[in-house]
Amino acid sequence: MIDPFAVKDCALIAIATGERANDLRELRDRLDTTRPGCIYYHFWGGLLRPSFDDPEYQNDFAVWAYHGLHDRFLAERLALVDPTDFYDLEDLRRELIEIIEERLDENELVSWTAAHQPFQFIRSQIVVFDTGIRISEPEELKELIPRLTVGSVFYHFVDARRRTPEKNDDFSEWLMGFADGYDELLEQIASLDPYFKSLTELRAQFAEIFKEYMYT
Amino acid sequence: MTDLLLDKYQDIVGENVINNLRQLAEPLRGTKVVHVNSTRDGGGVAEILHRMIPLKQELGLEPSWEVIVGDADFYQCTKYMHNTLQGNRFEIPQPLLKRYEEVNQENAERLRQQLEEADFVFIHDPQPAPLLNLCSGRRGKWIWRCHIDVSRPYRPVWKYLRSYVEPYDASIWSLAEFAQPLRHPLYLISPSIDPLSEKNIELQDSELQEIIKQFGLDPDRPITSQVSRFDRFKDPLGVIQAFRLAKTFVPLQLVLAGGGATDDPEGEEVLAEARAAAMDEPDIHILLLPSDAHRTINGLQRISDIVLQKSTKEGFGLTVTEAMWKGKPVIGGNVGGIRLQVHNHHTGFLVNTPEGAALRIRYLLTHRDKLEEMGQKAHQFVLENFLITRHVREYLTLMLAILRGTEERIELQ
Repeated sequence: MIDPFAVKDCALIAIATGERANDLRELRDRLDTTRPGCIYYHFWGGLLRPSFDDPEYQNDFAVWAYHGLHDRFLAERLALVDPTDFYDLEDLRRELIEIIEERLDENELVSWTAAHQPFQFIRSQIVVFDTGIRISEPEELKELIPRLTVGSVFYHFVDARRRTPEKNDDFSEWLMGFADGYDELLEQIASLDPYFKSLTELRAQFAEIFKEYMYT
Repeated sequence: MTDLLLDKYQDIVGENVINNLRQLAEPLRGTKVVHVNSTRDGGGVAEILHRMIPLKQELGLEPSWEVIVGDADFYQCTKYMHNTLQGNRFEIPQPLLKRYEEVNQENAERLRQQLEEADFVFIHDPQPAPLLNLCSGRRGKWIWRCHIDVSRPYRPVWKYLRSYVEPYDASIWSLAEFAQPLRHPLYLISPSIDPLSEKNIELQDSELQEIIKQFGLDPDRPITSQVSRFDRFKDPLGVIQAFRLAKTFVPLQLVLAGGGATDDPEGEEVLAEARAAAMDEPDIHILLLPSDAHRTINGLQRISDIVLQKSTKEGFGLTVTEAMWKGKPVIGGNVGGIRLQVHNHHTGFLVNTPEGAALRIRYLLTHRDKLEEMGQKAHQFVLENFLITRHVREYLTLMLAILRGTEERIELQ
């Protein structure tokens, strides 16, 4: 017997660390020592922050490279970093530092360019709460998905990757427990990249995948 | 007691948002929360507290709101403090600092029992900051809420104040850029507006027509407005310049409305400068409104086609939020919290010069479809991010987070 799926919701609360970077060299140095939570926040926190989608520059480091340093080369390179490609935040940290060092090596002027605005290192705390909603059968997802709050989407799709052993979303983890196999559905869910989308887009695409699956 | 207030908010923000609040509030049921600030009327802090207290009460907490009482010297001192923390270089006279400490001591005597028994104490701004040190029997968590931009303070004054605020369990800032490093968590929470307040509720068309008539405006030509204190940082002269530049391309009227200038010597000066710059031009309407003219301000924002907030320095900029809530695109200065709210081509335009503002006024008035679309997006953006319900949610989240220490993940059962 598979446990019912417990729908949770979450809220992020941002905390300024007081660490700032005024130029690229400082950003590299701070990145080396800042807590992993900051790296997490600057990649994923934007999904729950007031903003409009700017798919060109999805993470805060790339946005700062563009708006703070006016360095399009660096912004483009940082924007392409997909955090879901990395095993953990330490790997992601190393990649960021690598990209920045490469940029510092290729253009000496970049090292000394003062940013228009300093980069502010922010971390977050996540408060998770139970909505009390439970579903026992996968078919119930059809009704559930379109009604999920963005906080629930964040928790079950994004935050789940930090919690589950296979770095999966919660829905896939749950569906894997059913004997009659949802391989095709699981494959389609796995193709959803939560990073380059807004949470509402992610919810809509997931709902669409599920709807199509149910009717085929 | 019925959930009347929460029901009203639910009609605006939806069931999910209110359910979230109820779930977050559940573990805090019965928690005694005291807010302390320096005024019951006037100013953004008081406006928020007037609504936040009943909301927290309906959610099952036991909130209260206390105001510290001071004399002229005390307020003179805290005004200097306010200005110097925002960068003015000025040595606050020692006798005034002494009075600041004495007034806090007097207030501590009056409020000590209530503050020491509270589970949470929120101290707003520098005025009551020393209260923590004066309540040695405190058992709750104390949070300092700083509403001002302390990014570049006059260091001696910040050093003085820091000794009072450093021992708090946490502080809250509107933007990371405004904060100073302290040895406790610096939470980031944007302020908010209340959609049910006089300043923001829907108004009947007849009332709007009355306002148009009252101020001698022409209903057939576009109106652009800026609502804010007569303060140099709000750049009223830049607004007049932008209006004149834009008017060469499109028919236009300008409303510059502000209040509270009469008790602020600099405000009177700036008002006089604005009047001189307007040179009696009939299409520039400079209005000095009483501080409680919330409904009139509401109406002026609603009859505007475009709202300006061309500040050169700004805190969060709640007048921007108010205008956006009314479905108006905003042309705002590229500073402070305006940058969080105004997103180019989405909710309005960020500008750096009067020329930039004029260009964007012209663009919006000649692309009415864009003006409407941005106005709708602006309204939706405020609905999702800057209403009091979000603000309360973040306060509740913060309280839960502080109760659980500094752990990154807090799971509520």
